[in-house]
Amino acid sequence: MTTVWVPCDSAARSVGADEVAAALGQAMADTTIVRNSSRGLFWLEPLVEVEVGGERLGFGPVTADDIAGLVEARFWKGGDHPLALGPVAAIPYLARQDRRIFARAGLHDPLDLDAFVAGGGLAGLERALATDPAAIVEEVVTSGLRGRGGAGFPAGIKWKTVAEQDAPQKIIACNADEGDSGTFADRMVMEGDPFTLIAGMAIAGLAVGATTGYVYIRSEYPDAIATMRRAIAAMTGAGWLGDDIRGSGRAFDLIVRRGAGAYICGEETSMLESLEGKRGEVRAKPPIPAIAGLFGAPTVVNNVLTLAAVPDIMAGGGEAYAAAGSDTSRGTQPFQLAGNVKRGGLVEAPFGITLRELIEEFGGGTASGRPFRAAQIGGPLGGYADASLLDLPMTYEGLAAHDLMLGHGGIVVFDDTVDMAAMARFAFEFCAIESCGKCTPCRVGAVRGVEAMDKLIAGDQTQRAIIDDLCELMVDGSLCAMGGLTPNPVRSALRLFPDDFEKSRKVA
Amino acid sequence: MADTMTEAPPGDTDPAAIAARYHNRPEALIEILLDLQEAAGAITDADLRAIADSLNLTRAEVHGVMSFYHDLRRTPAAPAVVKICRGEACQSLGAERLVVATCEHLGVELGATSDRATVEAVYCLGNCALSPAAMVNGRLMGRATVDEIVTSVDRVSGP
Repeated sequence: MTTVWVPCDSAARSVGADEVAAALGQAMADTTIVRNSSRGLFWLEPLVEVEVGGERLGFGPVTADDIAGLVEARFWKGGDHPLALGPVAAIPYLARQDRRIFARAGLHDPLDLDAFVAGGGLAGLERALATDPAAIVEEVVTSGLRGRGGAGFPAGIKWKTVAEQDAPQKIIACNADEGDSGTFADRMVMEGDPFTLIAGMAIAGLAVGATTGYVYIRSEYPDAIATMRRAIAAMTGAGWLGDDIRGSGRAFDLIVRRGAGAYICGEETSMLESLEGKRGEVRAKPPIPAIAGLFGAPTVVNNVLTLAAVPDIMAGGGEAYAAAGSDTSRGTQPFQLAGNVKRGGLVEAPFGITLRELIEEFGGGTASGRPFRAAQIGGPLGGYADASLLDLPMTYEGLAAHDLMLGHGGIVVFDDTVDMAAMARFAFEFCAIESCGKCTPCRVGAVRGVEAMDKLIAGDQTQRAIIDDLCELMVDGSLCAMGGLTPNPVRSALRLFPDDFEKSRKVA
Repeated sequence: MADTMTEAPPGDTDPAAIAARYHNRPEALIEILLDLQEAAGAITDADLRAIADSLNLTRAEVHGVMSFYHDLRRTPAAPAVVKICRGEACQSLGAERLVVATCEHLGVELGATSDRATVEAVYCLGNCALSPAAMVNGRLMGRATVDEIVTSVDRVSGP
């Protein structure tokens, strides 16, 4: 009996993985087709794998039309074929990574709990069940883990604050509203390794004394929603969730909640409002959610990647995790290479890797083959970098020194055809579309920003001073990061690419 | 403390019955609206009143939620719902041109609905390494082209 792996990840499916799986099923009798998660090497998707001599060999990118040729070449025996990639683990893009959160990416069916357990996936949760809650929190503090959603707040400190609250109910709220363009790591975790996220949430619950968790998943991720629901059911069925986790006397239950198309609900207080069934308008802080969060209860709000890092920290110890990285950026970060890049995908590496290594060595430069011009780091609210910044180390502090931010680790690459004035205008436009409307600097400022940018692009250079003023006001006066950070892409585009804003004047 | 509904809902179009599945809890309002819309295509005025009654909310509160979230509809979409990503990653590989060309081919303005297709902009489908991304009736496309989108629409709405 031969086994062939074809990813079920929605990105792989978006380029024909289902058709490949169907064609393989027709062409090969006596074969088990396992729908595994994606390795995150998206330019190779659909990436078909077979096991020969205890080693997984890859073929990709495969289309349904390639199946006849692959079968003829007896690819399941490792037969030679133009799409053959050799041992998957040896593909440099993968071999050069330090995968921890994504250690299991691509290995098996994401919902195969037995395979997950056999691979040691629950070692962290098992250790947490046998550990004093305060010691779990201490382990996370030691790891130096910082929030991977964008703000970078130390997770252990947040947990400690919640743990110290005297309240009848505490809650773990996982922010899975991954709305930043250029990011897909949360989606990959939920579709590809949901048990790890669930284990991380359960550990958080044990640490702070919460018995209920919510996963707030954006509606744009229907596959992630379906997979998480099934994974929760499987974990509950096996006794890893519920009133009495594996006979420990400890309880933790998980509920999936869907978003309904609102970028702002990735802001933590807006997400809490949405979880309460309300308009996703941000809350003023204080009180912080760790003191009064969901339904007023002390709430740990962490991003998917933060919580998914926890099982590894519990299994291997906080010190081992902290050994990777630099300065106050400890551990690994899943970077996401996106946009106009030849080899787009997921690169989990210790902090400190440079932008050039990511874009040129991993990414292979632009997809179009044209010269690199700009990269937006950290989503729609992140700044743009030009070629002079390529040797910047990707750390919280290294980026901050250049008015950039890591955000959720997305890197969007642009070639020399990009019009940076259009991108700066889009930053305001996006803010106007997605602003929750609660505070004036964001709600009105974004609209005025589009208007001023239109005038500037039309040649009215006096608008530059107005845009500068407006940016200052939005940074200082906005209630949350939406209005407060929208000036990042605007200002960086104006600073690094001034010519793009003067084209029309030249034409005139 | 909260409901434990984790299974996909059946195709019920009765708002009160859907609300009851969530134990008439107001925090489940968005889930209730999404379930109803999936089954019925849109949320009508009568639905809105029924849900408000079931959850002991005011109609204004339910309307407020309806108007906040881009996904929720007061009028039904066309048989084919085309979502094209306008996020920066997709823009880096021609998303704006894809939007214009798709609208032109389908004869629909962005954000509008014809007999055959509703075309909407979305901001990130999480397929940023395979830009530009689009979605037709929930099916995600990578390196999306006008031809592929139009073919998908034809499959649903007829050529």
